[in-house]
Amino acid sequence: MGVSLRVEGLSLKKGYNLLIHNLNFTLKSGEAISLYGENGVGKTTLLRTLAGFLTPFAGAISAYENDVHIEPEIWQGRRIHFLGHHDALSPSRTVAQELKFHADYLGGAVAGIEMLNLTPLLDLETRYLSAGQKRRLSCAKLLMAKRSLWLLDEPMAPLDVDHRALLSGLMQAHLAAGGMIIAAVHDPLPFATRILKLERPTAKEREAASV
Amino acid sequence: MIRASFALIRRDLGLSLTRGGGPLLSVGFYLTLMAMIPLSLGPDQAVLSRIAAGLTWLCLALSSLLSLERLFERDYEDAVFDTLRLGPLPLELIALLKCLSQWLGTGVILSLMTPVVMIILGAPMSLALMGLVSAFLGSLSFALIGGIGASLALGSRKGGVLMALLVLPFYVPPVIFGAGLMQAVQTGASPLQALAFLSAYALFALALGPVAMGAALRSALS
Repeated sequence: MGVSLRVEGLSLKKGYNLLIHNLNFTLKSGEAISLYGENGVGKTTLLRTLAGFLTPFAGAISAYENDVHIEPEIWQGRRIHFLGHHDALSPSRTVAQELKFHADYLGGAVAGIEMLNLTPLLDLETRYLSAGQKRRLSCAKLLMAKRSLWLLDEPMAPLDVDHRALLSGLMQAHLAAGGMIIAAVHDPLPFATRILKLERPTAKEREAASV
Repeated sequence: MIRASFALIRRDLGLSLTRGGGPLLSVGFYLTLMAMIPLSLGPDQAVLSRIAAGLTWLCLALSSLLSLERLFERDYEDAVFDTLRLGPLPLELIALLKCLSQWLGTGVILSLMTPVVMIILGAPMSLALMGLVSAFLGSLSFALIGGIGASLALGSRKGGVLMALLVLPFYVPPVIFGAGLMQAVQTGASPLQALAFLSAYALFALALGPVAMGAALRSALS
């Protein structure tokens, strides 16, 4: 059975602006969703809401393990990885320090240094890294702490061809191990996923929500 | 959870020492202010030793303000809160630990400087020792109350001035109790009452701080 995520009647607002109206989907263990949509349609907002950073305007997000509801605090604190398009790194700390901190804070062991080719970067401060190197460093935390749901915001964007293949390998391994992935993308992922295309709400829906 | 807490404290302490605006800035500001006092009031020992204690408290409060802006701002800008919030610690505890590491990195060092500065200004030894104890309690209250201000001003550009306006009124009680404590020691009265009030305010800040910071951060981060 494993874990599953259920999203029912989800509506999201940014300020007064209705972004997403009445979204429903269920995600099961071993499944991935590719999130498509034009710029500004609310892909990042949806991912941040699923991570628990934002409160939905309406609707419910619930997670289950073997059909038993998981408390939101447990779900957010121990079961989710979120990789934003802004890599969450402190510019004045070295790669090794950031890896150690992520491992200790998220409750895992330092891993993935070899696999993500981070060895030559360990002593560099993160502000000297290129966008692709930063992304690889962020990806290391996916390997260090085992979590059920990966929320990825354009994970491939800054990576080169070899590392795109590497990351898609990691994602497939995660799915094979019973994990779940929701990724906002513009280019299709190199493996089979379900597709969710976000559309702008109609003027009528927007008006109804503004009351 | 304990491992995560220690990891966070270690990280914040390390950051406060390596990046700009850390303890050196506050301590430098504190020492410079104290060095200017005899220059502005004249070198009369009798006057200085009488007002040393009160002025120390004023300077301690002002120096504690300096590093507040960086308490949450950097991690907010670097999106580090995205990682912190997906860890095992609730936002209230994250805020408390950040304040405590701020206190360890800045407040404690300022407190250790306090007796030295007081002796230089001509205060007697017994007063300087009491100054150390009271500065520890006072700087803890400053750090926690300041954390509430910092979390409220988070996300507003150039929130530093706003923060000072929000926070300074709440710095008044420790200044009153701290200076009162000094006065009690100087006049030979029992310092217990002032010390108790000072500790009570620190405990009040310790109890209220995390809840208030958690709520303010939650709204700033959404």
